[in-house]
Amino acid sequence: MANRSNEPLLWALFSGGGVAAAFLIPVLLFLYGLAFPLGWLQPPDYERTLGLVQHPLTRLVLFMLCFLSLFHWAHRFRFTLYDGLQIKHLNPVINLFCYGGAVTGTVAAAYLLWTLP
Amino acid sequence: MAETITIEVARYRPEQEGEPTLQSYEVPFNKDWVVLDALNYIKDHVDGSLSFRWSCRMGVCGSCGMTVDGEPKLTCATFLSHYHPGPIRVEPLRNFPVVRDLVIEMTDFMEKLQSVKPWIVREDDPAPAEGEFLQTPEQLDQYKQFSMCINCMICYAACPVYGLDPQFVGPAAIALAQRYNLDSRDQGEQERMDVLSQHEGIWGCTFVGECTEVCPKNVDPAGAIQQYKLAATQDWFKSFLMPWSKR
Repeated sequence: MANRSNEPLLWALFSGGGVAAAFLIPVLLFLYGLAFPLGWLQPPDYERTLGLVQHPLTRLVLFMLCFLSLFHWAHRFRFTLYDGLQIKHLNPVINLFCYGGAVTGTVAAAYLLWTLP
Repeated sequence: MAETITIEVARYRPEQEGEPTLQSYEVPFNKDWVVLDALNYIKDHVDGSLSFRWSCRMGVCGSCGMTVDGEPKLTCATFLSHYHPGPIRVEPLRNFPVVRDLVIEMTDFMEKLQSVKPWIVREDDPAPAEGEFLQTPEQLDQYKQFSMCINCMICYAACPVYGLDPQFVGPAAIALAQRYNLDSRDQGEQERMDVLSQHEGIWGCTFVGECTEVCPKNVDPAGAIQQYKLAATQDWFKSFLMPWSKR
């Protein structure tokens, strides 16, 4: 079909990111942002945490979480700018900023996870 | 003297004023009255020049949608007592051009409605003599809630996306497309998908959800649009991964 939109791909990343972020980020924030620093739970020591993050499966999960969450943000923020501020005429700039930002963040996450000692 | 309530009605008479103005009317406060009864009282007893649409006065025809105290409502199902002691402001539905007083121009909606083919589409189209299409109660339940839509356009008046971008096909048309897609007798899903998978179709929706909030018939257009997005996404991946398959 002519004039096929690429919205389905962007929306799939958006909805995937929404699900991944909703399921994984609250528990990670609770553990690493509150429970461990405030001493509610006994934190794992450095070697164990490093060992966990070095496992290829953990790296893959963290990569997918960063990748999908960033694209979720990009899509949401694009429409916030687009409709909320009513600056539709700046569409190319908005797309570049949002999806470009998500790509940059994804590459940075991939680099960090890949170069982990 | 019996109690009264003030109704502030938006008037717009293009032959005598350039901008809509508000006109106040005192009507008897009767706790059994709905806003439409008050408007009919004004029309019959106070000011015969007031223009508004109505027909069935029982929530079936979808003609009497207006903005009541800032919210889009069916005026035949909105009681005066809910707004006591008033005043109550009655304005035309938002997001539509106004023809006169409370009457809006609905051509845009009618064209959009038609574009999604809200009727049963058949490839074979057998003659009635060949028998009826059978359907189980379970199959009926699949689409029944979307079939409750009465085309009152209240969801369009509530939709901020339609307000900003009149190209957007809009909630009721998409919900009605889904009503026929989910009907076991229908074969027109792909034809509707071609219209709705455009940017101005389902992808314009940002899932604000106001359409579902305001629907007087408890239809869930926002849900229909999300279901449609999922179907369109599966369709997109399928045509991408298996371009040879018939879409």
